[in-house]
Amino acid sequence: MNDFKEKSFKLITYIAALASIMLLLGIIFSVFAEGIPLFKTIKIAEFLFGRDWYPTHGEAPQFGIWNLLIGSLLATFGALVIAVPLGLGSAIFISEIAGSRLREIAKPVIELLAAIPSVVYGLFGMAVLAPFVRTLFNVSTGLNLLSTSIILGLMVVPIIASMSEDALSTVPKQLREASLALGATPWETISKVVVPAARSGIVGSVLLGFGRAIGETMVVLMVAGGSAQIPRSIFDSLRPLTSTIAAEMGETVVGDLHYRSLFAIAILLFIITFVTNMFTEIVILKRGKA
Amino acid sequence: MRKYIIILLTLVLSFAALSLAAKGKQITCSGSTTVLPIAQAAAEAYMDTHPDLNISVRGGGSGVGVAALQNGTVQIANSSRPIKSKEISACKAKGVDPRAYVIANDAIAIVVHKGNAVQNLSIKQIKDIYTGKITNWKQVGGPSLPIVVVSRDVASGTFEVFNEKALGGAKVAASAQLLASNNAVVTAVSTTPGAIGYAGLGYITDGVKVVKVENVTPSETTAKNGTYKLARKLYMYTNGKAKGDVGNFIGWLQSPAGQEIVKQQGFISL
Repeated sequence: MNDFKEKSFKLITYIAALASIMLLLGIIFSVFAEGIPLFKTIKIAEFLFGRDWYPTHGEAPQFGIWNLLIGSLLATFGALVIAVPLGLGSAIFISEIAGSRLREIAKPVIELLAAIPSVVYGLFGMAVLAPFVRTLFNVSTGLNLLSTSIILGLMVVPIIASMSEDALSTVPKQLREASLALGATPWETISKVVVPAARSGIVGSVLLGFGRAIGETMVVLMVAGGSAQIPRSIFDSLRPLTSTIAAEMGETVVGDLHYRSLFAIAILLFIITFVTNMFTEIVILKRGKA
Repeated sequence: MRKYIIILLTLVLSFAALSLAAKGKQITCSGSTTVLPIAQAAAEAYMDTHPDLNISVRGGGSGVGVAALQNGTVQIANSSRPIKSKEISACKAKGVDPRAYVIANDAIAIVVHKGNAVQNLSIKQIKDIYTGKITNWKQVGGPSLPIVVVSRDVASGTFEVFNEKALGGAKVAASAQLLASNNAVVTAVSTTPGAIGYAGLGYITDGVKVVKVENVTPSETTAKNGTYKLARKLYMYTNGKAKGDVGNFIGWLQSPAGQEIVKQQGFISL
């Protein structure tokens, strides 16, 4: 009876693992199968580097995603510019400076930020932050690169803070003690010993944050404004790849070029996040070995 | 062991009960988010008088609705635009024969910020604003303020109608903001002093100002008699002529009782 239980338990977990892998492969396969046929009609270079996104234009639809790709990258880098100092700063504070009481409160609170649904962030950005940014800087619209970066940055902070804190707290105590014993000040110990020792974990957290920001859809749909242009300043609207798919998929004619082009964008996003995740794995694996 | 048997029995019985309950007649419709509020309210009202009938309504977009009709997963596809020839041929290839039923009228209103003094725009001016030729309100008799052009997504039914009727198929300037819903457009315009946008009449709130188009205010009368240029029809599509429950439902929606609901939702009756 016991043996039967053991075996059936093994079988159940095996099936669960297999099912999730099969489902994932199925999703990847169908995204590629729907997207690849686009390139029979549109050249890959024309798709990637074309500057005009007019997928529904009557006579001559154009499927150039360059502006959208740049929009995605700018929003993501803007988010990291905000999230890296904030996230790393809070990680250093929690791990190195705060007392144990404060640490026990601060860490769960920061991690709680990650539990807020992205549509709530989006709503906040659209209804509160965008009008605020518009009046503060006296610009024509608040749905712009700056607002998008701030909101996306806030969403990425908990990822960077929590993972970097994990990395910092696994740095052996002896390293800190040796550094202090040699006469280094606490700040020198943190900046020259602890942070370099935790470097790979910190880089991993930033890469993961990058993946989170570039894949985020709801917030950019609500806050970025959606202009298919390359923003000339941080006060211009932009249109990232993800929001393009979300906004347009519902109304496309299934199977036509526009539909295929949205799947082709999905392939590109998949490749970007896949490569980032692979880098993250490599960086973190390296830390494990060292 | 007895505990398990009891649990198992309860499960089996509840499944049996569920499947019995689901045996009532079922109509499924999906499609345009513009038609969604009408379809939802109509379904609720109709089910009140026909308790044996279950009507489920989903959104997704006009294209999604037509695709679902084509695949046979819904009986009614809601659409805020006439079906496209490509979609008709795709339907025919699957043996589906889409039939159109006009269920309501709608007008697309041009809206600006409350503080904007502009009262009227011509179709030509609207076109020049959306294609980027006019960039400041002073060029159309307003204050000296850069225009923030707000549009719907290029794939939405509302955009298609606007693009055809106001822009004559011209491309919207790349700097235009493209927002995902009628509500998002109204919200953006209400909080942006230099903004111009457009939305279905049912979505207009007190937060924005509706401007006249070619000196005509969008309303029930002007949309019906054709003097307001940016008016459109809303459709339900069925496979072949609507029969049975589906036919009764659509027939009821087109009747005066159904059109009351159309009006309540802020749209214009037939």
